[in-house]
Amino acid sequence: MAFLLRGAHVVDPQVALDCVRDVLIDEGRIQAVGEDLARPAGAEAIDARGKYLVPGLVDMHVHFRDPGFEYKETIETGSRAATHGGFTDVATMPNTDPVSDTGAEIRYQIDRAHEAGLCHVRPIGALTRAEKGESLAEIGDMVVEGAAAFSDDGHGVQGAGMMRTCMEYVSQFGRVAIAHCEVESLTAHGVINEGRASTRLGMFGWPALGEELEIYRDIELCKLTGCPLHIAHISTARGLELVRAAKAEGLPVTCEVCPHHLFLCEDDITDTYDTNLKMNPPLRSAADAAALVEGLVDGSIDCLVTDHAPHAPHEKNCEWEIAFFGTIGLETSLPLMLTNLVGPQKMSWSRLVEAMAVAPREILRLEPVRLEAGSAADLTLIDPTATIEVTPDYFESRSKNSAFLGCTLTGVATDVFVNGRRTLTDGVVTSQGR
Amino acid sequence: MLSVKHLIDTTSLTADDITQILDTARSFSEVNKRAIKKVPALRGRTIVNLFLEPSTRTKSSFELAEKRLSADSLSMGGATSSVVKGESLADTIETIDAMSVDMFICRAKLAGTPHKICEHTDAVVINAGDGKHQHPTQALLDLYTIRENFGHLDGLKVALVGDLSHSRVCGSLVPALKTMGAEVTLVGPPTFQIADPDYFGVPQTSDLDSVIADMDVVYMLRVQLERMEGAAIPSRREYNRLWGLDMSRVDRMRPEAIICHPGPMNRGMEINADVADCARSRILAQVNAGVLVRMAAMYLLLGGENNGVSA
Ligand SMILES: [Zn+2]
Repeated sequence: MAFLLRGAHVVDPQVALDCVRDVLIDEGRIQAVGEDLARPAGAEAIDARGKYLVPGLVDMHVHFRDPGFEYKETIETGSRAATHGGFTDVATMPNTDPVSDTGAEIRYQIDRAHEAGLCHVRPIGALTRAEKGESLAEIGDMVVEGAAAFSDDGHGVQGAGMMRTCMEYVSQFGRVAIAHCEVESLTAHGVINEGRASTRLGMFGWPALGEELEIYRDIELCKLTGCPLHIAHISTARGLELVRAAKAEGLPVTCEVCPHHLFLCEDDITDTYDTNLKMNPPLRSAADAAALVEGLVDGSIDCLVTDHAPHAPHEKNCEWEIAFFGTIGLETSLPLMLTNLVGPQKMSWSRLVEAMAVAPREILRLEPVRLEAGSAADLTLIDPTATIEVTPDYFESRSKNSAFLGCTLTGVATDVFVNGRRTLTDGVVTSQGR
Repeated sequence: MLSVKHLIDTTSLTADDITQILDTARSFSEVNKRAIKKVPALRGRTIVNLFLEPSTRTKSSFELAEKRLSADSLSMGGATSSVVKGESLADTIETIDAMSVDMFICRAKLAGTPHKICEHTDAVVINAGDGKHQHPTQALLDLYTIRENFGHLDGLKVALVGDLSHSRVCGSLVPALKTMGAEVTLVGPPTFQIADPDYFGVPQTSDLDSVIADMDVVYMLRVQLERMEGAAIPSRREYNRLWGLDMSRVDRMRPEAIICHPGPMNRGMEINADVADCARSRILAQVNAGVLVRMAAMYLLLGGENNGVSA
């Protein structure tokens, strides 16, 4: 099926485009980008005037819970959520049951994603067996089966020696090690940011240092081993300073941030103890959130991810201290960025495209997608004026535990193309299965 | 009438709310001196004592208060409750609520539990202690005890000494004292200090001897002995030497100053036996006040006017 998108505002800093163009897609690739393109016979014309067309969005940090916790999310329902949110690619974290620590588990995910026939799923393998932090997982086997990167996300690798071994071993494959930075002897029973929030609500604190100390350690291990390092879900101003310093030294260090750490803070947790605001790492201070916004805008933070963490109602509808950590994010990520940063002109469209499409492909060593002839037709079309109400019914995700329930957001993906196939049509997921 | 529907924390209480509760408690003190210690104030009202964490003192105090107000009450929790068999809090509350009750008294080891209960019932909820968060009736009985002694609360200097960071007493008493115009100082080893004293707007120090001579009230907190693990403090002996209240420290207190403790005491650790039993100690007066303020809080929250004795 061929498509001619007419009159879209195309934005792609990789090819210095920020203007109105027509784009012709056929045979899975972009065939032409130009003005007043003629419609070939059989091509479907799409009126894209007033909309933005960008390289397909990538979320390189999601939890699809499949296998093991299919009651929260499956690769199929997660793919629907990703597509609804405007994404062409997601990278799935390995803390499933069993943990994704062998090639067979990686292959399982790729096969399920193929059956779902929506977005590209890029599985991330575990660094250590069962994420126990004790012995190397079969990293080479997973590379052969298609693992995009490696991480023990959900835990920090507690032993510095073990993390060194992991990074040395990963470095031979030209892949990145992704670090969930958490020193467990400091975070212990912490369920909320240590400081104002832990004092006010009377619960064990999760101190910023518990994250920053391991960021510092892993940057030093990056220096020692040469293994590219990506810091997951950075949440503190000081952690960001450490990453900035590492980049200034020329180290292969990158980092990511989540919308909830940009647009919420510990002060939003009121004495209703709304468990949808319970995260790991926790919502930090307002000053941290402001520093992270600045870092994302100036490029010190490379990319935006959601840490999409689905949980069933009974795992959230309970007391804060026993509620599960995390919020879903795939379907609110782009609208939050457009509403809070791009709409108010605190961030340019070009920078948005870098953070949500270009940088994550670079970090995961994926083939780039550019708005030029010959590139894969993985594209996202965005209506910057459409408004959504964030209600449980809005979500394609199997779980509804969003920290942003009740918000009204402006700007949303209307259409998504993956390898030239239309997976989202006017906001409706259009799975064609295979 | 109080400005709140529930008694969840002291942070939401106005000075007027606190004064009403203390005045009402005072009017009940006469009932407690009668041979027949009972008024019909809450006759026909149903109160559920939901104790999801063991508590002998607080539970007995609430139960006595309910009986003296002629309420019908039912106690649940402990080892036999379904809550410990894995039923969710929501299911527990909705099940009890379906039996039409007027009030929940809740003790829980998880912070925020009383708020969660409010989401599943229209009944009135009193927090009888939630995790490390708050214990508002404890704060009220402390205020009652201190006010009975000095005749007022404003301008008094109060030190809370001990395990501050794990203490729901600290979480509720500090805001209540500040609302009533008292000056609070927090004293404890750095490993027991609260993360953000600026939230309460009070000074925090590890040096008991530098502040004790200025205080009107020295309030000793219980050390949870299980906190000894993880080496927050090296030993009972060292704790007693640096932060325990012994007679040499008592001798340096102002002549009119008093000693409080929420109980149960670790004699020889945070407070020495002779100090606990000395003339300055108000520890048993606090226990007596507990029944009175709980009667007052239940009575006012269930719609009574400020004349409970004659009701
Ligand atoms: Zn993580």
